[in-house]
Amino acid sequence: MSPEELLAKLSECVEFGKVNKNAPFPPAMKGMDGADELTKQALDMGINPEVILNEALIKAMDRVGEKFNQKKIFVPQMLIAAKAMNVAMEHLKPFFSSGEVKRKGKFIIGTVAGDLHDIGKNLVAMIVEGAGWEVIDLGVDVSSAKFLKSISENPDAYVGLSALLTTTMKSMQNIVNEIKREHPSVKILIGGAPVTEQFRAEIGADGYSSNPQTAVAYLNAQLA
Amino acid sequence: MDTIGNEIIKGKTLVSDGAWGTFLQQMGLQPGECPESWNLKYPEKVLQIAQSYIDAGSDMIETNSFGGNSFKLSYFGLQDQVYELNKAAAEISRKAAGSEKHVLGSIGPTGKMLVMGDVTYEELYEAFKEQAIALEAGGADALIMETMSDIDEARAAVSACRENTSCEVICTMTFEKSGEGLFHTMMGVTPAEMVQAMIDAGATIIGANCGNGMENMIGITEEIRKTHLTIPVLIHANAGAPVYCNGETQFLETPDVTAGFVDQLISSGANIIGGCCGTTPDHIRAIVQKVKK
Repeated sequence: MSPEELLAKLSECVEFGKVNKNAPFPPAMKGMDGADELTKQALDMGINPEVILNEALIKAMDRVGEKFNQKKIFVPQMLIAAKAMNVAMEHLKPFFSSGEVKRKGKFIIGTVAGDLHDIGKNLVAMIVEGAGWEVIDLGVDVSSAKFLKSISENPDAYVGLSALLTTTMKSMQNIVNEIKREHPSVKILIGGAPVTEQFRAEIGADGYSSNPQTAVAYLNAQLA
Repeated sequence: MDTIGNEIIKGKTLVSDGAWGTFLQQMGLQPGECPESWNLKYPEKVLQIAQSYIDAGSDMIETNSFGGNSFKLSYFGLQDQVYELNKAAAEISRKAAGSEKHVLGSIGPTGKMLVMGDVTYEELYEAFKEQAIALEAGGADALIMETMSDIDEARAAVSACRENTSCEVICTMTFEKSGEGLFHTMMGVTPAEMVQAMIDAGATIIGANCGNGMENMIGITEEIRKTHLTIPVLIHANAGAPVYCNGETQFLETPDVTAGFVDQLISSGANIIGGCCGTTPDHIRAIVQKVKK
């Protein structure tokens, strides 16, 4: 296989969620090499890890995000694609730590205090990571103190807040206030089922995103 | 007391209850507090909610047990109290319902994802079984799966209820509009896919809950009716989409607006109508007036 063919194959595995050779899903790719094997082969072949990231993984997750946005695929397909991406990413981690491959920036994300829902938050975290960002996931029920601590440790990071419950939107407002008071220049992106652009304007957050893809678009636009 | 299914076969349209979660919050439930813990801590407040819906004229009342499975309760350290909390939930609602009205034991999703290997089907089944048995012991005569989005989790819940209790089993899922005349759950399940899968698993009443208000529910009911002409359909709609205003979340669909959709919902094929988030005893009263007319 040529490097181009290998990268195209890897990209396809990530897009359709073929994690590894043994993975039963998707049935059409049964018994074939998955994201795990192909990433290793690509590195063994001497393909630059940054090229693997950009040409195979990011492109795949971009297509996944777009299909999700168009409601052509749903949460399960997105999760399984993200799982394949994560497996591929494991092979690239050493190059991130060594600085050989640079990521776009850092993104701190969490579901706000009082809210235990993590599906939407996880989807955004996975797609943002798949778009080449380093993601620091603080989990669910995250207090403003926990966000502030993470921001102090990563002062150049962007911050994402998620809420599913209408009742925890108040909590989102409080956290935005606290962050803005301590770190006025940190950019905060908010999202979640009940959240709207109007609500964003009301509480003084910097961005609102209704789906993972627009969250990536917002973050990437900050670099331009 | 006749079963819900029999009443519907006889041609009745029934009215269910309104919101529990948003009602509990109005009564002081704090963000991050376990709603089911109130069944033992403040049973009189929970009874007040149940009673207010019965007084509004509903034919059935749910229980304060939506998050009462061991997975959800474990976040609050209450996973060992599944039985006590659910039994109490059903007892409270039975007290309000008396012997003439139905008690629907509420069962919500676990928050765990089968597709990601978070949990196995058997573990889900066991958790729902434990909850279902406790709700029946407390006096529920029906069990209702609510806000389900994954077909396999819903199947585990329905089967666990069917195989371990003698309650009527109702399954509702939450659909969003995904295009013109198209509806999907978050996990991609269509109303048509739900119908056959849930009937096969043992549900005798199916339907939809939550979402963005009554209007979408008409389209969802039509989709269900396209695949099945006779299965009883239950609809629990939100009072519109939530709107955040002056530091408060509000649902702006008024009782009049909700009631205005009732005739259309019935003609599209719904047999049982009630409310979800944001609906109040006044909404139920308005629905009752329409239905009993």
